[in-house]
Amino acid sequence: MTTTGPAEEPGGVPVSEPPVGATSGAPAEFPPASPAGRGMFGVAGSGDTSGFGGLVRRRVAVVGSPRPYGGYFDEVYDALEEAYPGFDDAIEKVVVDRGELTLHIRPERIREVCQAMRDDAALRFELCSSVSGVDYLGTDERRLHVVYQLTSLTFRRRVRLEAAVSADDPHLPSVTSVYPTADWQEREAYDMFGVIFDGHPNLTRILMPDDWEGYPQRKDYPLGGVPVEYKGAEIPPPDLRRSYQ
Amino acid sequence: MSTADYAKARETTEGKVFTVTGGDWDTVVGGHDPVSEERIVVNMGPQHPSTHGVLRLVLELEGETVTEARAVVGYLHTGIEKNLEYRNWTQGTTFVTRADYLAPIFNETAYCIAVERLLGIDEEIPQRANTIRVLMMELNRIASHLVWLATTGMELGALSMMIYGFREREFILDIFEIASGLRMNMAYIRPGGLAQDLPPEGVAKIREFLKFMPKRIDEYERLLSGNTVWLQRTQGVAYLDATGCLALGITGPVLRAAGLAWDLRKTMPYCGYETYDFEVPTSTDADVWARYQVRINEMRQSLRIVEQALNRLQPGPIMVENRKIAWPAQLAVGADGLGNSLEHVAKIMGQSMEALIHHFKLVTEGFRVPPGQVYVSIEAPRGELGVHAVSDGGTRPYRVHYRDPSFVNLQAIPALAEGGLLADVIAGGASLDPVMGGCDR
Repeated sequence: MTTTGPAEEPGGVPVSEPPVGATSGAPAEFPPASPAGRGMFGVAGSGDTSGFGGLVRRRVAVVGSPRPYGGYFDEVYDALEEAYPGFDDAIEKVVVDRGELTLHIRPERIREVCQAMRDDAALRFELCSSVSGVDYLGTDERRLHVVYQLTSLTFRRRVRLEAAVSADDPHLPSVTSVYPTADWQEREAYDMFGVIFDGHPNLTRILMPDDWEGYPQRKDYPLGGVPVEYKGAEIPPPDLRRSYQ
Repeated sequence: MSTADYAKARETTEGKVFTVTGGDWDTVVGGHDPVSEERIVVNMGPQHPSTHGVLRLVLELEGETVTEARAVVGYLHTGIEKNLEYRNWTQGTTFVTRADYLAPIFNETAYCIAVERLLGIDEEIPQRANTIRVLMMELNRIASHLVWLATTGMELGALSMMIYGFREREFILDIFEIASGLRMNMAYIRPGGLAQDLPPEGVAKIREFLKFMPKRIDEYERLLSGNTVWLQRTQGVAYLDATGCLALGITGPVLRAAGLAWDLRKTMPYCGYETYDFEVPTSTDADVWARYQVRINEMRQSLRIVEQALNRLQPGPIMVENRKIAWPAQLAVGADGLGNSLEHVAKIMGQSMEALIHHFKLVTEGFRVPPGQVYVSIEAPRGELGVHAVSDGGTRPYRVHYRDPSFVNLQAIPALAEGGLLADVIAGGASLDPVMGGCDR
């Protein structure tokens, strides 16, 4: 992942912004100025003179792990290499962290990899436990990640597959033909992150209303809260509240 | 968006087909001739006494037979996952507990194990904290199954079951109140341990519960298992075999009722479940009746676990030692009725300014969690409850996703209902035990 800092502001002093969504109450017209994790206090223009508001935290890049991966991870890796012909081309990175194996897969190959993971006798990942999205805004060019948690009931193993797409071209194949359970979960990832799963039988919004605009769990999606008056003081909405990041 | 976009009609070889989404009822009914066609489209819910919470079912009927069923969810979406990203890691517990409101302890535990694994302290959780977690989870499992039994009984016409089920559940909620101060949404499990210790009155109350509950479960069985109406409404209804369950991602009692003894407490243990002696009830009938029997027997097994957990409760800490994570004071209810610790107040006011600063920083800023991601899954009353938690190294969750069993299991509605009778949609849907708070989050 690459490190991208926030845009420089004149004189290093945070510029005051009008409260996002304060007037309409609906999803606001423009995204907040600061990407997630920037500064010490989250919001700009709070009268902070300490300088910590301009703090840019060092981002830790996700690096691949060297072999041996330990545990059953090597077996899974080797079995997939044997079972899936396009293996070298499909695997971008292998990460072992906190006792969990993550295979970063090229998005266009995700369906084929899932097929091999499910059907090969040495892999047997029969259950797709979970599909979810994560938005790595500002840390990854291909910011939208789709994360699949596969479970093997035969071997009692878990593996995570991760595929990254960009917000400009958020397409990857649907795995519903391999795991029918991914149906609603892919719809949720589409609803919340705007990832488009090609080949999904009915890719519509599932949790948000059908006519909703925008993708609420993207990091640049404004919360659209309104300030609330409490005992004479005005409390800004959570995303505009001064708080530790 | 205009009304036409909600429910587009198109002609196919099999007749007119509508794409039903929402707010579109007039369009669907208006484009269809009820007199000359035998097909009827019925909209059940989102408010209907026999739907759990705000679940909407769109059913296409031919006479009494359901030819097509579609579940529509999302009416109870509260943005819990998004909210978490604007609160610190400890505050997260108070949000996740509100997702599946019949199983709050499970929501909290899964979240806390995820945070602990991200922090790398999952091995340091004190024995007493883990034992109380197991104790509370199993009590919660009984409470959740009781609500299932009560509401399903009511929906299938066994009204007295509803009264008994809720009566016993109330007793469990009283136990929760003694332990945490709250009946529901307790935020009792915290990253690193527990919010507070289980008081002796709580232990006495659980002992009392253990005494009468086995007899009550037998009573429910006597009430329902021989009842002709109950048998006819449940046996052979809403069949779904193990293959279908796995393809659709269905876990929990529904999968075990199809014959597969997949229980995460046994297969991928957490919180020390591997040290408890209990069995995983299964059945091979794969119908509503089998799911009822599995749940009844699970309550008995949970009672066994509760008893074992009570017997091994030893005095000890309920929070990790690490002072960078555990809050410094063990609060107690003071004379003024507020939570306070006089000892701690005396220390920070009299001796240690630094302790005061540390306490302030820990509560307002919270702790930082090293970057990375984990997926933690536990066996909730409805199946696999998974938490995918991502940290960017900050004091707040970067992303938390709940793989809620209600959400995934509801995908089975078409498989259970299509081809069956309209009345069996109620039995089949109820046998999945969906809780919309968890489904829609």
